[in-house]
Amino acid sequence: MVSTIETVETVHEFTGAYKYGFVTDIEMDVAPKGLTEDTIRYISAKKDEPEWLLEWRLKALTLWRKMEEPTWAKVDYPKIDYQDLHYYAAPKNRSDGPKSLDEVDPELLATYEKLGIPLKEQEILAGVVAVDAVFDSVSVATTYKAKLEEKGIIFCSFSEAVHRAPELVKKYLGSVVPQGDNYFACLNSAVFSDGSFVYIPKGVRCPMELSTYFRINAQNTGQFERTLIIAEEGAYVSYLEGCTAPQRDENQLHAAVVELIALDDAEIKYSTVQNWYPGDAEGKGGIYNFVTKRGACRGKRSKISWTQVETGSAVTWKYPSCILQGDDSVGEFYSVAITNNAQQADTGTKMIHIGKNTRSTIVSKGIAAGRSDNTYRGLVRVLANAEGARNYSQCDSLLIGDKCGAHTVPYIESHMPISTIEHEATTARISDDQLFLCRQRGLSPEEAVALIVNGFCKEVLQNLPMEFAVEAQKLVGISLEGSVG
Amino acid sequence: MSKGLIVTDLHVSIEDKEILKGVTLAVEPGKVHAIMGPNGGGKSTLAHVISGRPGYTVTGGSVSFDGHDVLEMEPEERAALGLFLAFQYPVEIPGVTNTTFLKTAVNAQRKARGEAEMDPMAFLRLLREKAKLLYLPDDMLKRPLNVGFSGGEKKRNEMLQMAVLAPKLAILDETDSGLDIDALRIVAEGVNAQRAPDRSFLVITHYQRLLDYIVPDVVHVLADGRIVETGGPDLAKQLEKTGYAEYAGTAA
Repeated sequence: MVSTIETVETVHEFTGAYKYGFVTDIEMDVAPKGLTEDTIRYISAKKDEPEWLLEWRLKALTLWRKMEEPTWAKVDYPKIDYQDLHYYAAPKNRSDGPKSLDEVDPELLATYEKLGIPLKEQEILAGVVAVDAVFDSVSVATTYKAKLEEKGIIFCSFSEAVHRAPELVKKYLGSVVPQGDNYFACLNSAVFSDGSFVYIPKGVRCPMELSTYFRINAQNTGQFERTLIIAEEGAYVSYLEGCTAPQRDENQLHAAVVELIALDDAEIKYSTVQNWYPGDAEGKGGIYNFVTKRGACRGKRSKISWTQVETGSAVTWKYPSCILQGDDSVGEFYSVAITNNAQQADTGTKMIHIGKNTRSTIVSKGIAAGRSDNTYRGLVRVLANAEGARNYSQCDSLLIGDKCGAHTVPYIESHMPISTIEHEATTARISDDQLFLCRQRGLSPEEAVALIVNGFCKEVLQNLPMEFAVEAQKLVGISLEGSVG
Repeated sequence: MSKGLIVTDLHVSIEDKEILKGVTLAVEPGKVHAIMGPNGGGKSTLAHVISGRPGYTVTGGSVSFDGHDVLEMEPEERAALGLFLAFQYPVEIPGVTNTTFLKTAVNAQRKARGEAEMDPMAFLRLLREKAKLLYLPDDMLKRPLNVGFSGGEKKRNEMLQMAVLAPKLAILDETDSGLDIDALRIVAEGVNAQRAPDRSFLVITHYQRLLDYIVPDVVHVLADGRIVETGGPDLAKQLEKTGYAEYAGTAA
């Protein structure tokens, strides 16, 4: 998000430094280890939540206790001791972190360098300084929020939304991903930390790409993130999540939930670049990323489009999905998942066709290198009333080396004879001939792989907003370093 | 420092089978050498070993270019030095446009030589100018590399890459194979337009036909892993009549 940061800096220059405007709670707060009703009461009290939300969290805990951790995904990781985790920590005390970039892992700095990340942003990413210490978030936020508020758009942290727009939160929270939906979503429902809330009123086209970077205290919400985006009739919003730079986090377990709601003629475009720490070459220390993302096309002619570039995390378990309820609604899923070394990714989508003439498109590009395992798992379900539903799926896998695995697991269920479902899949490897051609023309093996893989993922990458796309291309190359030669 | 390509007593094996059994030849700057010979004689192996394709074992001899020990260099280092191989079977790279591919190649070579990246607009002008000379339509520059190209288009595209990369030595590995007469002429014209005092060519071909259009300075016959005869352009014409039969039994 280099360009975004530059924008922030520009705004910062114009608005002048505002030194003491932080609203961060600087007391050192960590909930004791373990997950009990008390933990949840603690979290809820810290956030000064209304009673109904506490009850909602507690109900999730009750459900979660009866659930089993899923084992059907093609991923393998040591058993997680859920009672040995902290479920709440206030923003970290800066004195624990590195004092300057000199103390940061040189390898990490080299990666930042390659991505062309400005020094100031490097400091944030490496944990040398807090976001709000470099950028005067308050003034930045004020500038942008003023612009958004003019149009009646609400864009704030989830915790803030609970107080600012309680009716909307109450109405839509859990309406797409109910508490008991699955093990990890249920855990999130009980203990979610924070996340984004977006509300676009009727007929409004959001004038800018919304990104987590504009949110105050965006840091430290990564573990159990909860995001809710509502687009009213005829509204449009494009939302960007994540960052191309590798992000480290002390919390190994991440279980986020994202819910999107699109009413009549509304459109939501949700783009993700996920580059959480993948662990070392053995996969040790990497993030477990167990995410539930789902959008409901409730209205007629509504559209939800997911684009994801997944390069990080040791284990990824993620299926951004669309429930196509409204007649003529459209769901899209464009995905690039890259695994290297010991990474494991089991990712895909679910397209549930309920309304008439609903359409969905799935384009998945999986790239496996090293000893990694890369699985596409997708469901296309056409229900009995979805007359005229259409789906097109394309799942391509690219293998680099001979120790990795690519797997495609498509599930297709149709209960409506008047529907069309197409599925295409290919598996290829980077051939020695392609590599040699590139090297003969002057490219290093790493440049060659980056070029070939970028070509392979082009259809997906070109769906990303411009500022993300260029960095994502570089990221593709960097993620695969060391995979050949 | 000796200029040009010097191959000395080169022995090469693939999986213990000796393919080149002592090849010696020297190509001076500005010269065009043709290598002819029967199939399986080692022509393509020679091209591949000079350009650094993996999979071959050099068991003896040396290859130098402008005084550099080529065999010690990575393929991309050889490319930056000015060695170019036009492939017999150009491979496809889906999703990577011709333009992107060439721009990446040009800049990779410039970087390796310590030069600045080429200005994108200047690059596009150069690319269009060279494409025009080879009668390549602009839309081919936007298509993914070799994907859906006809045989003739692929070979012309190799010539385009050569023209843009402007190498010091271009090796053409049976570039004429699979070309009809019109395509052959276009390819030959592309080569002739590139002839220059500081650029040499090694033209590998099975047939004399190509040499009607690209007139070589020297013709070598490579059979059973050895250069069995060297002569002027007339040698090619003579081979057209007699074939390679007389070299068939030269294996010791």
